[in-house]
Amino acid sequence: MFRTALRNVLAHKARLLMTVLAVMLGVAFVSGTLVFTDTVSDAYQNSSAKGFDGVDVAVRPRFQDSEGDRVGKRAELTEALRERAAKVPGAASATGVVTGFTAVADKSGKLLGSGWQSQGGNYWGTRDSRYPLVSGHAPHGPGEVLLDSASARRAGYRTGDTVRISVDGPVLTPRVSGIFTTDDGNVAAGGSLALFDTPTAQSLFGKKGTYDEIDVKAAPGTGQAALKAALDGALPAKAVRTTTGTRLAEDQAEQISASMSGLRQGLLVFAGIALFVGTFIIANTFTMLVAQRTRELALLRAVGASRRQVTRSVLVEALLVGAVAGVTGLVAGIGIGAGLRGLLDAFGVTLPDGPLVVAPATVAAALGVGVVVTALAAWLPGRRAAKIPPVAAMSSVHAKATAKSLVLRNTLGALLSAAGAAAILTATTMKTDIGQVVMGLGAVLLITGVFVLTPLLSRPLIAAAAPLLRLFGVSGRLARQNSVRNPRRTAATASALMIGLTLITGMTVMAGSLQHAIDRMASSAIRADYVVSMTTHGPLSPDVERRLAADPDVTASSPLRDAPSRIDGRTEFLTGVNGRTIGGLTDLKTDDGSFRVGGDRVVVDQDTAKAHHWRAGSELTAYFEDGKAVRLTVSGVYTGNAMIRGIMLDNATLSRHQADPSDMQIMVKTAGGTSEAAKDRLVKALGSNPALQVQDRKDISDGIASAFTLILNMVYGLLGMAVIVAVLGVVNTLAMSVFERAQEIGMLRAIGLDRRAVKRMVRLESLVISLFGGVLGIGLGVFFGWAVGRLLGTRMPTYELVLPWDRMALFLVLAGVVGILAALWPARRAARLNMLGAIKAE
Amino acid sequence: MTTTPAPGRATAVAARASELSKIYGQGETRVVALDQVSVDFRQAEFTAIMGPSGSGKSTLMHCVAGLDTFSSGSVRIGDTELGSLKDKQLTRLRRDKIGFIFQAFNLLPTLTALENITLPMDIAGRKPDKAWLEQVIGMVGLSGRLSHRPAQLSGGQQQRVAVARALASRPEIVFGDEPTGNLDSRSGAEILGFLRNSVRELGQTVVMVTHDPVAAAYADRVVFLADGRIVDEVLSPTADSVLDLMKRFDAKGRTS
Repeated sequence: MFRTALRNVLAHKARLLMTVLAVMLGVAFVSGTLVFTDTVSDAYQNSSAKGFDGVDVAVRPRFQDSEGDRVGKRAELTEALRERAAKVPGAASATGVVTGFTAVADKSGKLLGSGWQSQGGNYWGTRDSRYPLVSGHAPHGPGEVLLDSASARRAGYRTGDTVRISVDGPVLTPRVSGIFTTDDGNVAAGGSLALFDTPTAQSLFGKKGTYDEIDVKAAPGTGQAALKAALDGALPAKAVRTTTGTRLAEDQAEQISASMSGLRQGLLVFAGIALFVGTFIIANTFTMLVAQRTRELALLRAVGASRRQVTRSVLVEALLVGAVAGVTGLVAGIGIGAGLRGLLDAFGVTLPDGPLVVAPATVAAALGVGVVVTALAAWLPGRRAAKIPPVAAMSSVHAKATAKSLVLRNTLGALLSAAGAAAILTATTMKTDIGQVVMGLGAVLLITGVFVLTPLLSRPLIAAAAPLLRLFGVSGRLARQNSVRNPRRTAATASALMIGLTLITGMTVMAGSLQHAIDRMASSAIRADYVVSMTTHGPLSPDVERRLAADPDVTASSPLRDAPSRIDGRTEFLTGVNGRTIGGLTDLKTDDGSFRVGGDRVVVDQDTAKAHHWRAGSELTAYFEDGKAVRLTVSGVYTGNAMIRGIMLDNATLSRHQADPSDMQIMVKTAGGTSEAAKDRLVKALGSNPALQVQDRKDISDGIASAFTLILNMVYGLLGMAVIVAVLGVVNTLAMSVFERAQEIGMLRAIGLDRRAVKRMVRLESLVISLFGGVLGIGLGVFFGWAVGRLLGTRMPTYELVLPWDRMALFLVLAGVVGILAALWPARRAARLNMLGAIKAE
Repeated sequence: MTTTPAPGRATAVAARASELSKIYGQGETRVVALDQVSVDFRQAEFTAIMGPSGSGKSTLMHCVAGLDTFSSGSVRIGDTELGSLKDKQLTRLRRDKIGFIFQAFNLLPTLTALENITLPMDIAGRKPDKAWLEQVIGMVGLSGRLSHRPAQLSGGQQQRVAVARALASRPEIVFGDEPTGNLDSRSGAEILGFLRNSVRELGQTVVMVTHDPVAAAYADRVVFLADGRIVDEVLSPTADSVLDLMKRFDAKGRTS
């Protein structure tokens, strides 16, 4: 039987080509993902392991939890602690480490590297073994800084140059005292690292006299474990935690692989979708191959092959196809893995160097996926093949597989769809977390149900297109009839396209509505002309606000300052504002009392008020981080949103209790209102600082929009693979139907249908099937988008369904284009068909 | 071959082949399917082409009907010379001037009987002549089954649809390629009766390839082919006279 199967595969090479391609693409996606994530993860781990070479034991502060009326905070690693660590037996040296965000501008004033990778730290003493100097000398005082060699090279800085640097707002202009090299993972990934002397770093990063970490180096002959034990004995266990360097490297490696596995799983989901779509094509192909070979298979049965042998011969064919697809897919996947890094490089995402990693697991996964998916998809057609009665070999007429009734299928589909739709509708009225689960289940049920129902749906939906098709005369009419001739096949082909378009449309609707909601939330409550913040959304120095307030153009400004506090045994984050100006800078609806902030008067958002049973006039006691208690009175309750919420009080009241206050953002109203000129003046007034951003409401909206666009484009790219696979399916189906209908096409040509009309007929059939899949997909996608929106809407008052009509129209056009492209080759084949051969063929 | 007009019929020629040759391959694999065949098919005459397998009878019909190309010679349908036509013009010629009946019925399973009958006119974008259509449909006895699909019809009924399709557009000539080959003798007789009636009563020209002497007996004239040449001709044949002629060829050592 194996020989029969092999011969069959070879005999139907061309017809199996699309199947192989479809599986291959899916496998390539899977193996490409694995190769890429393995490679990147490996490279990161190598580079991070190097970063812990100089650390034998790291001492870090413990976080002391909030308790009673005490606000939780980190223990402080003081100089006294460091000295104690340095004197522990077995310790060679103890280095205090301070780190924080440090933006470095290039010569044109732009931020060097991406925001989150701009790091700053301290250079220990006059010679820090962590950072070997290439040139220059150790920094001294606030006027000197060291730069890493990669950033210096990129920006063209040399020892002696002046650089613009910003840590929390104000611009500093120190001189580059030297350049150093480092194995730091951030720098390897394209970030920058600037080093100050220790006192400067401590004051810049708001940690006067304390460290973030103390790195202890062991004396020769002392192991990491022994040193850790000695340190544990000497240092207060309540305040610090010690970890060996080896352990740190391991932890980091684990963290890296955890974050890579998240990325990997995300990509594999999309690969899975592509493969799932691929199974439709495989099943379709084998169903058609079996149907075409009815007589052959019946002959096998007649000469004594058992049912199982017939099934097995079909499965062996599938296995061969799957193996070929697996191997070619693996090769293509390795190419994708290598190419992806180059692509990211081109987008400015630098990844650490490392060899391409093709793990044995990747090879196994590629082959396994290819073979298993193909065999699974071919299983049903194989069973159907076994049911062919031996007598079919004897009948002279081409035995058509009797069209089984669709009644059972339709009933099942209707039940599944109804259950799915009901679950989704119920979920929209539920709480978000339970609703999510119910909705996910409903979505799976509904998609399955609609898939099962597609043969039934194909008739009315395609009939709806009939008036349009009639414009194309006989070709149109024949195309329409051909497309509903084998509802199962049409359904499977259209479903493949439907799945991709459902996801694409659903994502688009969701993202569009969400963007709209966030946009409204962000901008509707703001009356200020501008919002100033760090590009990283990190803490801002209060200096920035002072500077803005002093600017003659600025008519009103208020910082938004975060401060933790304990109220009634709970941690509440207070927002410190300028009580005089905040009312004019925000536009918040006050439901109860009045919006007045100042002295002991505060305003509270609805949710917080509800949780504490407060209303206008309620009194409360807040304990600040310095442990002091303050009596406050609620003057009003306002409707909060994701940007502005919580308890707002005057900074004059708050700042007395804060050791090192910092702002999250600053709202500004200017005399010039919102205009390019006013904005430019504001930017200049802030010292043209690369770390700061000045945004008007439109900028905020644009920022939100561009974030959504980026995510959507990535999703489109990833789902594009599923669409490509679906196109292969359409090509395959058409090629098969042209092959099956050769005799009909020959007759049509004989009685006078010209080549162009034959081509048009095939193209229209393809168009109809594709548009059918497109309409189903877009319809389902909108429904899912709506349902998810309803679920989220319970949390987001500004949420409303935004239907991207232009996009939806584009998707439908895209489906049509897909159909026409897919028909190119089959239509040519149909037109070229040898008429006489076709007529005689029986 | 000399041809004699059937008594009481017009003598105009519907289709004519002159010195028609069809050669496949080259050198050692060269096969001569038609060897300088000249034949006229007169209007309102029912001609049967007979001959053993491989004699070239189907090739002759395909060439004259514009389904196949030929190597040399000429073919005319009415006033049109086929040799100079491109595929597109040939297609139009077949659509407008020729009707076909195939051995394997060749109906479109998705269309009803009526839709199948009017298909050639639909392709041409013409409205069928209602009265004529009814006459044709009435003649083949399909009036009650026009909304049936081919799968719901018997073989004989399907072939009747094919006959109606061939006649409905009033072609200048109808070609049949073993039209009774897939039918039992009763259904076959019916079909042949319709074809003969269409010639007698409607003045249609019909050319049919067959290997069945009984079928050939329905024709006005039988042309015999062997080895790509016309070897004999019988006018007003009967099954016996055709059979006799066939036996004679067999006696000469030809095999069928």
